Parts: sequence; C-alpha cells; structure tokens
Amino acid sequence: MPETYVHKFDTPTFKGEISVPLGLYIDGKWVDGSSGNKIDVINPSNGKLITKITEGSPKDVDLAVAAAQKAFDTTWGLHKNGFERARLLQKLGDLMEQNADKLAALEALDNGKTFNWARTTDVDHSIRCIRYYAGWADKILGQTIETSEAKLVYVRHEPIGVVAQIIPWNFPLQMMAWKIGPALATGCSVILKPSEFTPLSALFVAQLIHEAGFPAGSFNLINGYGHVVGQALAEHNGIEKIAFTGSTLVGRKIMEASSKSNLKKVTLELGGKSPSIVFDDADLEQAVKWAAFGIYYNHGQCCCAGSRIFVHEKIYDQFMQRFTEHTKSLKVGDPFDPEVFQGPQVSQQQYDRIMGYIKSGKEEGATIVTGGERLGQEGYYIQPTIFTNVKPSMKIVREEIFGPVCVVIKFKDDDDIVAMANDTIYGLAASVYSQNVTRALSTAHKIRAGTVWVNTANMLYPQVPFGGYKQSGIGRELGEYALANYTAVKAVQVNLHLNLS
Amino acid sequence: MAQPVTINIAATGRKITVPTGLFINNEFVPSIDSQDTIQCINPATEEVICSVVAGSEKDIDVAVAAARKAYKTTWGKNVTGWERSRLLNKLADLIERDAQELAELETLNNGKPVKIARDFDIGDSVQCLRYYAGFADKIVGQSIEVDNKTKMAFTRHDPIGVCGQIIPWNYPINMWSWKVAPALACGCTVVMKPSEITPLTALKLSELIIEAGFPPGVVNTVPSLGSVGGAALSSHMDVDKVAFTGSTVTGRRIMEAAAKSNLKKVTLELGGKSPHIVFESADLDQAANWTGLGILYNTGQDCTAGSRLFVQDTIYDKFINILVEKFKQLKVTNGFDEEAGAGPVVSKMQYDKIFSYIEGGKQQGAKAVLGGEKRPGKGYFVDPTIFVDVKPDMKIARDEIFGPVLAVAKFSTEEEAIALANDTSYGLGAGLHSNDASQCMRVSQALEAGTVWVNQYNLLNNNVPFGGKKQSGRELGSYALEEYTSVKAVHWNYGEKLDWPL
Repeated sequence: MPETYVHKFDTPTFKGEISVPLGLYIDGKWVDGSSGNKIDVINPSNGKLITKITEGSPKDVDLAVAAAQKAFDTTWGLHKNGFERARLLQKLGDLMEQNADKLAALEALDNGKTFNWARTTDVDHSIRCIRYYAGWADKILGQTIETSEAKLVYVRHEPIGVVAQIIPWNFPLQMMAWKIGPALATGCSVILKPSEFTPLSALFVAQLIHEAGFPAGSFNLINGYGHVVGQALAEHNGIEKIAFTGSTLVGRKIMEASSKSNLKKVTLELGGKSPSIVFDDADLEQAVKWAAFGIYYNHGQCCCAGSRIFVHEKIYDQFMQRFTEHTKSLKVGDPFDPEVFQGPQVSQQQYDRIMGYIKSGKEEGATIVTGGERLGQEGYYIQPTIFTNVKPSMKIVREEIFGPVCVVIKFKDDDDIVAMANDTIYGLAASVYSQNVTRALSTAHKIRAGTVWVNTANMLYPQVPFGGYKQSGIGRELGEYALANYTAVKAVQVNLHLNLS
Repeated sequence: MAQPVTINIAATGRKITVPTGLFINNEFVPSIDSQDTIQCINPATEEVICSVVAGSEKDIDVAVAAARKAYKTTWGKNVTGWERSRLLNKLADLIERDAQELAELETLNNGKPVKIARDFDIGDSVQCLRYYAGFADKIVGQSIEVDNKTKMAFTRHDPIGVCGQIIPWNYPINMWSWKVAPALACGCTVVMKPSEITPLTALKLSELIIEAGFPPGVVNTVPSLGSVGGAALSSHMDVDKVAFTGSTVTGRRIMEAAAKSNLKKVTLELGGKSPHIVFESADLDQAANWTGLGILYNTGQDCTAGSRLFVQDTIYDKFINILVEKFKQLKVTNGFDEEAGAGPVVSKMQYDKIFSYIEGGKQQGAKAVLGGEKRPGKGYFVDPTIFVDVKPDMKIARDEIFGPVLAVAKFSTEEEAIALANDTSYGLGAGLHSNDASQCMRVSQALEAGTVWVNQYNLLNNNVPFGGKKQSGRELGSYALEEYTSVKAVHWNYGEKLDWPL
C-alpha cells in the first residue's frame, strides 16, 4: 500500500503541514509500482533527501494505458459531454484555489523557486489555465461544409484517445496545467509523467483530480525516469499521442520512438536560446529591467529565457553599467525568504551543467563581468552571471545553458541584428526593445520565433498560443490552438440522394 | 415604496423577501418621478402577490446613465475577460445555491411547476451562465496579412456598449440568463426590463448580482410597462443595442424605434407557429410524447411550441387516438402540486386570448376532440385542447395562440407535408418524426425554420444557436457573442510615408 509523506513547514512565508501521496495513480487508485523501486526526491536548497517516491516501470505504463483506454471507451471521452467535462475542470480549479498556498510551498520545496514567485505566478497561472480550458470543454466545434444539395457534410472534432504527457521540472505545476487542461477539456484520457526531479506538486494535484470526481482512468500519473517510463510511453502502441516538454535532445528520442512504434501524434516544446535586442532608442531603464527578468526569472530555467542579449553600440556602455548593477542587486537565497528573488537551481545535475558552461565560457576566452561562482556551501545556488566579449562560435552563445547566465553582445546594424538574432537552431522566443514602433514591429516580424515580445519579456497567458519555430518544437500550446493537439478531425459525408446507376 | 416585501409561500411554508424597488447601480431605489406600481398576480389563485415599483421613462434615463458610467470606468474595456469569467461563474454558483427558493418564486409569479422551474428553467440558466463565463476570456479577433513591409491590420472584438434587454414572461429566469450571460461575457453593461407580468425573479436575481461582486451599474433592472420602459429603451439615444424577446407586433415597434432614434443594433426573438410532422414510419408512441412536449410544455407558452400538427393519412386515426390518451395523462394544476406537469397560463389577458381563439376555432368549423372548455373555479387553467379538421386558412392555424391548443391536419405525401409546414409567416421551429433517414434529411433541409428537430422537439442546448428565419439575430452558442461585439479594424502603418501633394 503506497504511503503518504507529510512535510512540516515552518518558514517565514509558509507554515503548516502538507501531505503528499507517494505511489502511482492508476485507474482512480493509488498503487505501488510493479518494480518496488523508489526515487529520491532531493531538496535543492540543501541537497538533502525530502522523501522517496514510487518508481514506475513499463509494466505500470501498460496498466495505465489499459485503464485510460477503458475509461475513454466507457465513462470518459464523448461519454461525458462537454458541459460535464467543464464542471469537473472548474471543480479542479476550485480545489487548486483552496490549496493555493500549499501548492506554492510544495513547488518552492521541490523545485527551489521562491514561495512568493510560486504563489503569485506559477500557482495563479495554473489555476487560470485550468479554468480557461474548462471554458473550452463545451465549445469543441466542427464545421458543416457546403458541397452539394445532394449531400450533408460535416466535420467532428473528436478526442484523440489515450494521450501521454511528459513534463519538465522547471515549472512543475504550470506545465501540468498546460498539458492536462486541453487534454481533459477535449475528452482525452491522460497518462502524465512528471519529472523525477520535481514530482511533489503533481502528486498533490492528482489527489485533487480524484476529489473533483474525474472518472477512474481518465487521468493517471506515473512517476519514473525519462529513459524508462518516458521511453515506454513514447514506444507504446496503445497511446495515440504524446506531448513532451523538455530538452531538444530528448525531444528527438520521443519523435524517433513514436515513428518506430505506431506513428503516434507528437507535439514538442523544446529548448531555446532566445535573443533580447536592445535598440539605441529603447527606454533604457525599462529595457534593463525587462532584459534581466528575461534571463534571470526562474533562475534562468525557462525554455524561453532571453539568454543572448544584443545591445546597440550607442548605448552599450550605459546598458552594461545599469544591467550589471541590477544583476548584482538580485538577492539569491532561501526560497522561503520573502526578500529573495532567486533560489537554488533544481538539482546537482543542473548545477554541474551550468558550472560546466561557465567554465567553458572562461576557457573559450569570454569575460565574466559579474557572477560565475557558487553561493554558499549547501544547495545548488549560482550567482547571476554576465559574459561579454563572446564570439558566435562559443558554446555559451550557441547552447542552452538553462541557468542564470547570459551573454551580452554589441551590435550596430539594424539589418545585421536580425541575422544575428536568427543565427541559432532554436526559435522559441525573442524580445525587442525600442520606442520606435516601425523599428520594433519590423524587427519583430522578421525574427523566426514562436513568441516575440516587444518591450517586455516572459509574459504568458493561458489564452495566447506558445511554441517554437525550428528546433524549439512542434505544435502550439495554450490558447485555442492547444485544442488541435488533442482532437482528431473526422469528416462525415451523408448521401441524401446521389444515386449510382 | 421600494422596500423589500416578505412573501409567504403557503404550499412550502417558505418565506421569501423580494426587493420591490428599481435596481440601479447595485441599489434598490424608488422611481425618480413616479408613484406608479405594478401588481404581480399569482395565476393559480388570481390573488395579488405584491406590488413593485413601475419604472418611468426618466428611470430608464437614470439606469442608462448608470450603465454608461460603469461601461466607461469599471466594465467595458476596463475589465479583463478573466475577471468577467470569474464573476459570471460566481453568479452561476449563487443561482445554483438558491435554486429551490428561486424556483418557488418563479412558480408563484408565472405558474409553472416548481420542479420544472428548478431543474429545467434554473438548471439550464446556470449552465448558460457557465457556458458564457467560459467564453469571456476567448473573445478573439483576427490578425490579417496586408503588406508585411509596411502595415499590419487586425480586428478587435470590442463590447457593443450599453444594452437594453427586454424579456418576456414565459421563462422569466431562463430568458434573463440567455440575455445577461453573453452580454456580460463580452463586456457590455445591461439595462434589463423584465416583463411587467413577471418581474419578481429578475429583482431577486439582482440581489445575486450584488453578492457575486459585479460593479455597480453593470446590470440594472427596471420593471416597467412595455409601452413605457420598453419604448424608452428602444428609442434611447445612449443605448447601443436592444435585444427583445416577445411578440412579433412589439418586435416591429422596437425595430422602428431603433431606426428612428440612433440606429441601435436590434436583435429580435419573436413568435412562431411551428409545424410538427409525423410520418408513417415514425415510432408513434415516441412521436406522441414529443408532440405532447411540443404543445403542452410550459402550458404551450413557448415561442417554438409545435402548435400545428401534420399527420400522415396512413397512420392518422391510430396516432390521434394515442395522442388524445397521452394528453389526458398530463396533470394541469397548481405549480406547487408535486404531480403538476403544467400550470395555469400566466395571466387573465392570456387566458381570455386563448379562449377567444378556441371559440373562433369552433366557429370556423374545427372540431375539438379534447378540451376546449373552461374549468370552474379560480386560476387561469386551460386544459390541453386538440382541434382536428383544421384548414390552413383558419385563425387557429395561422395565428400564434400561445396556449395548450393544437391544430391538427392530415397529409398524404412528403411534398404536401413540407408545403403545409412552410405555409406560415413565421419560421422559428419545426419538428419531424420518421424512421427513414433519407426522409429525415430531405425534410429537415426543406423546412424553413431556424431550429429543426428530428425525432425530438423543444429541447435546446446552450451551445447550439437559436433563432428564427424571418427574425433577426441568434441566441445561444458562439453565435450570441456576435450580437454583443462590435468589430473594429485597426490599420497600423509602420513603414509607409505618404508623399504630398497627391
């Protein structure tokens, strides 16, 4: 019988106890995994063990698929109409709202982001996202199409079926909401695999899903390693679609496994190396603040982080002076400290990776203006770091670091800057800072990215689509667009009186 | 005046307090310049329930001003779709919470059975509000490719503004929700004029508007005579749109007033004389049930009532016999009676009008095989009435009776059925019963009506549009949003310089 873990919080921003189930959630029940193995959940603030969760295996995936399919064929899918699916999702939104502080505390504990950011951004956005998709559930429309008076032709947008969803560790709760919102709204059955690094908030929400009254099998949760459970999901012949958010490297594996198994539909949200372009006519003070937010928000652990900052030579020195000062002022420390902006990176692995990039930056000859070191002796804290004097060929310029590390590059030419900004295999986002609308919009329209921010950064809304050009992904999440990821289009042609002789 | 009254509901022992003032800026107030009141009658007992303030033309001015101010400051483009969604959902929750109380008040004033008011009228209303709450943060426009080098164009779907909404007495709460939900979802503010016959639930719902947290002035409720408040809204120079559900006669006046004043947008849901066709392959028992629903639900007081029945000659006698037996089973009585399937008609005026049609039908030679006689005693009860041998030129075949009176005729071919069905000045609903799928398709294509039911009748869904041919606008579904949005195209030049002189 799977256990529950109770964590006692006694912090300046949150006090209380939170109970989290540790098992797998399959077919409406909490169960032990088939393998009997466990995965350690580590607190990134101090490197210590929080608890151990059940590790799922391919056998558990089989069980979940069977449960999901059964639900889809009997109690879920189109057997529960849109109004009812809407009610259930709204109920989930209500339960999340009632537990908002707890969710934020779990997120801060498990991921390392600050409680305040988690509460005001992650949790709030996630609730809105669930409610937004609740609103779509009874509005899945198809067309009726004129062909001839002898026929009635219409299109149905049916739920795809059993879908697998693999989410990352940078926004555990938010990524869960982005995935289950549209999938459940359209009537698909879901098998969710949270990141093995940050499973706690998903486990808590699974309880809420159960409490809200979703039918058994409509939602299933299997924790496990990417190369075990993730791989099993990607290869499974009983899963019609897989949605993945994570690294481009793993995204390729998912697509490959899908093509080799049953050609399941694939949507991917992958990495980025997004440019922030600061023109000489930008509002300098605002540009500094937004550009900093663009890279340092969530400790740089954002797929859309503006990690390459291009500054026009005319204002370069002023920008650097203010930007450095601003960067140095960011307080790094305990996630539950209300004064702190940035907590630890999520894991030892990530810490090592980021420090590896910092080392490579130094070795390849870039200049560190500020940061570059660990903070403290415990936990995975890294100082916000600025590199200058970089060359386009350097690893820190080409590769996604996923930490509070940016490169700042001088430019002078409006035409050149577009080429420089687009010189990447990625295309997730971009920011353009300029007070001249012609310049701002012309540039924005030429950048090859799925989201272009003008005079802002990192602002997302449940109703606005998000996704990547090029190797940053396939498909769009959020907005009405996400519904297309979970619906299958069927054209029905009814012959009224076209008779064959 | 304008103080709340406490009403005792004898049948359930419940006491309901009902505000009696005009609801403007989240307050219940007396009329600004009039002492007139409206008496609310219980149609089952003919007794006075209470009186409410009757709004005057000046009161409409005050309400419109309140709605305009809210539109410019706390509502309209000043509130996010997310917030509008949240408030509409909250309102739905409150109505759900108070469903039993609201149902009893609805029954008291309108006469319909309590169970039906609660589970259908109110149940559907709650769902309607939630449906439109879900749309509030999804009002999107288009971005349109013009010339990438120099210009971009996009549309905004802005709220229309201040909307006058005039609703009828047959489904007071349900009609209220059909109007209020899409208007608020789109960001419009509302001046609602409920029917002077059934204003009580609209006033009670106004209390929930406050409790839900809508800013003052977003929804205003002014019970008033149609010729006073309705006319004032239709001709008001600062009302951007009027939505009306009611008789065709009044609908014309509203459209005329709108044209003569400020060309405000007008949507109209008017009357019907909907045909109900039973073909020989139909499941006769089911068809009889649906026919019963079609003309007896809400005691026939339904714009889509299937009031003209056409039965194929090969099954005519059999079907009529089944139908008469079914109609006899319906218990038409006081709405507080647990067994009531239908209640009294809503008022003396309606009662007299219906019986005048019944007398006319007899005089013109139609034969009443069921009903057609007045009951002794109190209450505006009209028994289910079936006229056969109805000719197309009889008044009972052409005019909307709005009561439980069915006009029946025979037909032999499909073409004849279609011709008879379409021979009307109306085009709201139509129904057909047949087990021949191709026939179902052919006939549903041919029927000239805004809603066609196949092997069903009268059941609507909040996400399916509703409205009539020969009427304007659509309610329900995503279509209703178009009635409350104003499309603005923005052309944004960012790269073209104009040479001068031309």
